[in-house]
Amino acid sequence: MKLLVPIKWVVDYQLRVRVREDGSGVDASGLKMSMNPFDEIALEEAVRLRESGIARELVVVSCGTAASQETLRTALAMGADRAVLIETDVLLQPLAVAKLLKTLAQRELPQLVIMGKQAIDDDANQTAQMLAAMLGWPQATFASKLQVTGTTAIVSREIDGGLETLELSLPAVVSADLRLNTPRYASLPNVMKARRAPIECLPAAGLGVDLQPRLTTVRVSAPQPRPAGVRVDSVEALAARLREALGMGGEA
Amino acid sequence: MNVLVIAEHDNVVLNPQTASVLGAALQLAEQADVLVIGYQCEAVAEAAARLQGVARVRKADAPHYAHFLAENLAMVVAQMAGSYSHVLLPATAFGKNLGPRVAAMLDVAQVSDIIEILAADTFVHPIYAGNVLETVRCSEPVKLVTVRSSAFAMVPACDAVAPILALAPGPDMGVSRFIGNELPHSTRPDLAAAKVVVAGGRGLGSHEAYHRLLDPLADCLGAALGATRAAVDANYAPNDYQVGQTGKVVAPEIYIAAGISGAIQHVAGMRDSKLIVAINKDPEAPIFEVADLGLVGDLHEILPQLTAALCR
Repeated sequence: MKLLVPIKWVVDYQLRVRVREDGSGVDASGLKMSMNPFDEIALEEAVRLRESGIARELVVVSCGTAASQETLRTALAMGADRAVLIETDVLLQPLAVAKLLKTLAQRELPQLVIMGKQAIDDDANQTAQMLAAMLGWPQATFASKLQVTGTTAIVSREIDGGLETLELSLPAVVSADLRLNTPRYASLPNVMKARRAPIECLPAAGLGVDLQPRLTTVRVSAPQPRPAGVRVDSVEALAARLREALGMGGEA
Repeated sequence: MNVLVIAEHDNVVLNPQTASVLGAALQLAEQADVLVIGYQCEAVAEAAARLQGVARVRKADAPHYAHFLAENLAMVVAQMAGSYSHVLLPATAFGKNLGPRVAAMLDVAQVSDIIEILAADTFVHPIYAGNVLETVRCSEPVKLVTVRSSAFAMVPACDAVAPILALAPGPDMGVSRFIGNELPHSTRPDLAAAKVVVAGGRGLGSHEAYHRLLDPLADCLGAALGATRAAVDANYAPNDYQVGQTGKVVAPEIYIAAGISGAIQHVAGMRDSKLIVAINKDPEAPIFEVADLGLVGDLHEILPQLTAALCR
């Protein structure tokens, strides 16, 4: 079976972006970029399916500028067989990304698309569900366990009250949550090899997809900082303040 | 404005977050419709019909809706959405799973996780783990929006009862199947709705210590328990306790953070709490930057003393 793993290149999770002074957007210039952590988990899961022999090919794709090739090289070093860049300078929103991925899925015909449940920049949590709808495929979001047989995927999902298990007919789309696995580090020889690997570049403009953003950013701002707190120096003092806040009265 | 709220429920009880989503809906219009999709969910429809501001409850009831499979539910919502200006869902696992599938079927963008409504087409939502607030304008014919329930007041129940209209069920897509779930029963309040949350991080050190130190405090305060990603990953607490960018977002009256360093991904899930209390042995821990009350010291000593002081 063939697997497709879409990957987004985002500002590294440990870094904090700045809001531009005029409120027009965020300033991420000069910040280190990394593979979206949820996509890294999705990729690891796919690599494991590839290594176990359940999958025979693993294709990774990223949508964005030529610079996104860097994250595709990381994916190749982690174990992907082939990488595709759908290239555009347009700032893509999830609906457009899902449409681009749909065109690639229709060309590649994977049995399973595994992708991160959300990107840590826009925090939208939309693209996997949108892609599944556009393809008319079933979806299992927020996966914490994935078991693939010949024709189905059995997926445990993290939901608000606990866990839920679904069986999906393949082809299907699965979105990865944090506890699906712990991604590996690519080995140095694989990183070196991936540097020379070919990456297929598809201009997004040629795919007949409407890429224009549907949502307009009016402004961005930093959240109100919380007023400075106080340190108390004893459990008694803390308990007194808490009793007050809880409306428990002041008696000791 | 013609607003539709998608109800979240378990076929028996209406999830209270639906009342918060309705609160958001009533900022857009004087009344809203509520859509209940489920199986043998009459009690849920009746509860929805009693909420203030509900014009009509529309109910799709069929066996293939028993487990809320997105493929089947999206068919119903997409079919109805065209007659509404806004479709609102809770930004919960349920709403996050369903909303974008509907959006794609309608070929509209979704606005995720709104915390403020500035105009019928203009919404504020957090991005970058809550470090940035983005105001977006949505000009789609149907505005599909997920709502952060902690940011909107719940509407109360009232005496008036809205009519319940049954819908013909949509098709069973037959591509996914519910196998089972593990929903541990808890006597504690729901984390997302609790007035007080007691949360633990890696500083607790073990599953045993997490429960030995936090359970008595939570019990005496009637609090929900929460945890950081690190504590969940280390199996101190189950996944549904996770508070943060990718877990639950909470805004209780009091949030007690014990042994939590304060990674931005965690703070994203609790920074709107009214009173944040941090207890940590590291005086430099970033959690103290957002805490209203901080106490530096050893949890193993402080938590039992605090529990005794508050709860004797």
